[in-house]
Amino acid sequence: MTDAYIYDAVRTPRGEGKPKGALNEVSPVRLAAAALAALRDRNDLDTSCVDDVVLGCSEPAGEQGAVIARSAVLMADYDQSVSGVQINRFCASGLEAVNMAAAQVMAGQADLAIGGGVESMSRVAMASSGGAWFADPQVAFKTYYVQQGISADLIATKYGFSRDDVDAYAVESQKRAAEAWDDGRFKESVVPVKDQNDAIILDRDEHVRPDTDMQALAALNPAFEEMGRDLGFDSVILQRYPEVERIDHVHHAGNSSGIVDGAGAVLVGSREIGDSLGLKPRARIRNFGSIGSEPSIMLTGPAPVTRKVLARGGMETGDIDLYELNEAFAAVVLRYMQDLGVPHDRINVNGGAIAMGHPLGATGAMILGTLLDELERRDLETGLCTLCIGAGMGVAMVIERV
Amino acid sequence: MIDYQVGGDGVATIALDMADRPMNVLNDESTEAIGEAVRRAISDEAVSGAIVTSRKNDFMAGADLTVLLGERDPRVHMGRCRQLQQIWRDIETGGKPFVAAINGTALGGGFELCLACHYRVAANNSRSQIGLPEVSIGLLPGSGGTQRLPRMIGIAKALPLLLEGTRHSPAEALEAGLVDAVVSSDGLLDAARKWLQEDGNAVKPWDERGFAMPGPRVQSPEGYMLLVPAIARMREKTRGNYPAPLAIMSCVYEGCQVEIDTGLKIEARQFAHLAAGDAAQNMIRSLFFSMGDANRLKRRPMDIERRTFTKIGVLGAGMMGSGIACAAAEAGLEVVLVDTTPDLADEGKAYSGSVFDRNVTRGRMTRAERDRALRRISPTSDFAVLAGCELVIEAVFEDQAVKADVIAETEAAVGEDGFFASNTSTLPITGLAEASVRPERFVGMHFFSPAERMKLVEVIRAEKTSDDTVAAAMDLSRQLRKTPILVNDSRGFFTSRVINTYLNEGRTLLAEGVSPALVENAAKLAGLPIGPLALSDEVSLELEHRILNQTKAALGDDFVERSGDAVIETFVERLRRPGRKAGKGFYDYPEDGRKSLWPGLSDIYPRAAFQTDTEAVKKRLLFVQGLEAARCLEEGVVSGPEDADVASILGWGFPSYLGGVLSMVHSVGVETFVSDCEALAAIHGPRFGPPDYLRTLISEGRHLYAA
Repeated sequence: MTDAYIYDAVRTPRGEGKPKGALNEVSPVRLAAAALAALRDRNDLDTSCVDDVVLGCSEPAGEQGAVIARSAVLMADYDQSVSGVQINRFCASGLEAVNMAAAQVMAGQADLAIGGGVESMSRVAMASSGGAWFADPQVAFKTYYVQQGISADLIATKYGFSRDDVDAYAVESQKRAAEAWDDGRFKESVVPVKDQNDAIILDRDEHVRPDTDMQALAALNPAFEEMGRDLGFDSVILQRYPEVERIDHVHHAGNSSGIVDGAGAVLVGSREIGDSLGLKPRARIRNFGSIGSEPSIMLTGPAPVTRKVLARGGMETGDIDLYELNEAFAAVVLRYMQDLGVPHDRINVNGGAIAMGHPLGATGAMILGTLLDELERRDLETGLCTLCIGAGMGVAMVIERV
Repeated sequence: MIDYQVGGDGVATIALDMADRPMNVLNDESTEAIGEAVRRAISDEAVSGAIVTSRKNDFMAGADLTVLLGERDPRVHMGRCRQLQQIWRDIETGGKPFVAAINGTALGGGFELCLACHYRVAANNSRSQIGLPEVSIGLLPGSGGTQRLPRMIGIAKALPLLLEGTRHSPAEALEAGLVDAVVSSDGLLDAARKWLQEDGNAVKPWDERGFAMPGPRVQSPEGYMLLVPAIARMREKTRGNYPAPLAIMSCVYEGCQVEIDTGLKIEARQFAHLAAGDAAQNMIRSLFFSMGDANRLKRRPMDIERRTFTKIGVLGAGMMGSGIACAAAEAGLEVVLVDTTPDLADEGKAYSGSVFDRNVTRGRMTRAERDRALRRISPTSDFAVLAGCELVIEAVFEDQAVKADVIAETEAAVGEDGFFASNTSTLPITGLAEASVRPERFVGMHFFSPAERMKLVEVIRAEKTSDDTVAAAMDLSRQLRKTPILVNDSRGFFTSRVINTYLNEGRTLLAEGVSPALVENAAKLAGLPIGPLALSDEVSLELEHRILNQTKAALGDDFVERSGDAVIETFVERLRRPGRKAGKGFYDYPEDGRKSLWPGLSDIYPRAAFQTDTEAVKKRLLFVQGLEAARCLEEGVVSGPEDADVASILGWGFPSYLGGVLSMVHSVGVETFVSDCEALAAIHGPRFGPPDYLRTLISEGRHLYAA
């Protein structure tokens, strides 16, 4: 089997995913093209050597439909010989895209490929692509479908995380993100989004609230309490988890991932192609994989998928120097740390989606880049990147520096 | 069967008139006849349009349920469904206008026939009910109802009607868009004819090009906003036990994205699956047939003339007495309400006032009706006022001596003609009747709280109770708009005996270290309205403690301790947590907020390392009741399984998807039930030992029910 290496990783800054967000005026295909163009320009890449571009997108409808990856390839002025494919693993699409790009290389069927993702949440609303999962009565019924926030609240209730616990986690995420930005740790990988006149539209994550404290968060009402009670969702999930007396609704906008716009891309290839193009490999991809988990609690997949990929690589949690787990909701990370015994100072060390936002289809590629940057900055060896996923799944990748 | 006539104006009248039946219904015969009439009207060149109506007081009740009960082959249901759908579709697409002249009640398949017509005019008949109530017996409207209604009034309005099985008055039906016009009964046929002559559009909107659903489409943000919470609320309500609401939602979701003919196929398959399934069969058997029999007083001694009461007495103006007085006054009876002081009696009457006020607010009673009903209650502390009461019900403190006193005083006041009924829930009637000078006129009438709302009355025949007295108690029950079941005297009668096994099993699970939340939620998942621990608190552990001690005293050496008795003693004697009234029992009851399980439970009964799974807890909570009901049947406490089923559904909300407590045993299969119980008995002890009665059924190849 061929080894697959990461040669580079870039991302756009994340704009607030609403009409007043800076990236609202930028179409998703331009966001994706901007990330692809940056990979080319930074690496002086002959794009005709790229075999395929795999882009994740969790709402492939409207202007994110019709295989946005191929349109982005063409809009980024890549060689027309480069194919594009859009894939969807909900929130882990961006990492899954890198996995699939790497798989092509490892299988010897591609030399150089790009995995990444894009999501303009301000322009293509959640649920735009519809779906049997939540709307088909048979599927929703069978899977005890509830809104993700209810699942996150159940995780907090079932595993004993109080409102203070989740808020404290959120405050720390904001603090870490602000420090990382101030310290210039994202500088190398974040490529500003520019207009036709080369003027900068956005060059910094817009969602970060460095002054967030416990008091400010305490003022926020639980976001899912009313919906859980009035629309029947609490009852649905308690029917699946009858050992729980009632849901303690602890999540709100301040301790959940932000709704944002953005794109990310990761250049993956064999050692040979790197040598021939004069590229320096930054990390080797050791293992990756995916799992399914109980769909109603939905967001507990990261721990089992971590166990799975570590076992496949003959590793243990102690062998991993740094972790990135997408901060979909604070309780997801708290549960992961509790379940696997991962200390807080080794996970999401530069903050996460609670502070910087979660552009669904892109996040996986973004946090993989963040992980690699930080391994290099600290001169550490191994990192694991994982995300929780709608309908109960998990995706993870283990990388090691070379 | 059908009166088919063609007028000089070319209008055919198809009038349904089934012989030997009070109501028109859909069965193979009538379906055939209607189909024939429809084809005739469409093919006859002299006919320009047709009026479909009925010669009976009502239009049509729906499907003949005797045809459905016992038919477990979905292909048979599918065949019937498709046949009806085809006839209705012929009406719709035959090119001639059909108008339904709805002279009376039109429900289920009867109303689906109306929906197939091009225009619906209903007589303004206040008795008429119009709607699609199939869901209430575990079915769905299987001849186009789930497809036509949303295409007529939109998904948003159609779904609740289909899911709740709402029955409408003609005026409400007009408002909801179920009918196009409401006219006086005299003018019904003229109005129908007029529409044929003046409009007569014979094409349905969904058979025209470019048809768009009224309101949101399924696949739209608005459609999702509607459907996604509706699915969650449906599960909240059904706890996943009732398949019909889910099937209805699927018919609407899947069927409304395709053409109507495809939608009808989807509907027929769902209908066939439901109709052949356990839940619908159980619900039809118990809710329709057994309940109907009970309300027709099938168990009443036959040769005694039906009595109509005008004046009764109620002793004790507490919760039960006040509720009984309220029900009686609302039903038009004069009530003498007696308590120890005039103030207490007045308070009891005031209760009725508050109930009636609520009825007025909700539009169930007029102000004048309220005033009249309230005036019927005469509160007093003087037993002499009871003179002239045809029957007196006592609902005084559960104490043999107290009861003996009031029995004597009452019998002195009412004289020889009066009947005496005791509403005791715990003391055997035969024992109480010893205090009576006329034990043959002494009977048990066990009401359920709140008595003005709960439909069940256990009529308890004691050793010396005469047939005449039994008949009187059952007649009065019906007059009070209750459903009586006749039981023979036994400690706890029927309902308390069975409920007690449920409460005991809940306490046993708790003592075993099963998570109390799981115990409570498993009960609700099984379909019971309230968990055993919460119900214990409601009943009051203190009361159970008292009954326990009474039973111990009464039975002496014969007393057998139950598995959960120690929990009662712990909570009452040691922890002093006697239940809801005291604000603390298994739950805490904060004054400003929801009750929650007492956190101290896990200290008293530490969580077991191995937690029983939910299905096992459900099974224990259900089967322990099935066993006790079977023992009651064996001992002759109830006369048949149908009495047990009706009593369990009305008395303590035993879930109707199981058809009641013995239909559950029937649909699980007696053989499976017995072997499962034997396995449970091996682990949990003799309370799960199946009675010989069930073993005999198996060995003799008999069943609890024929179908």
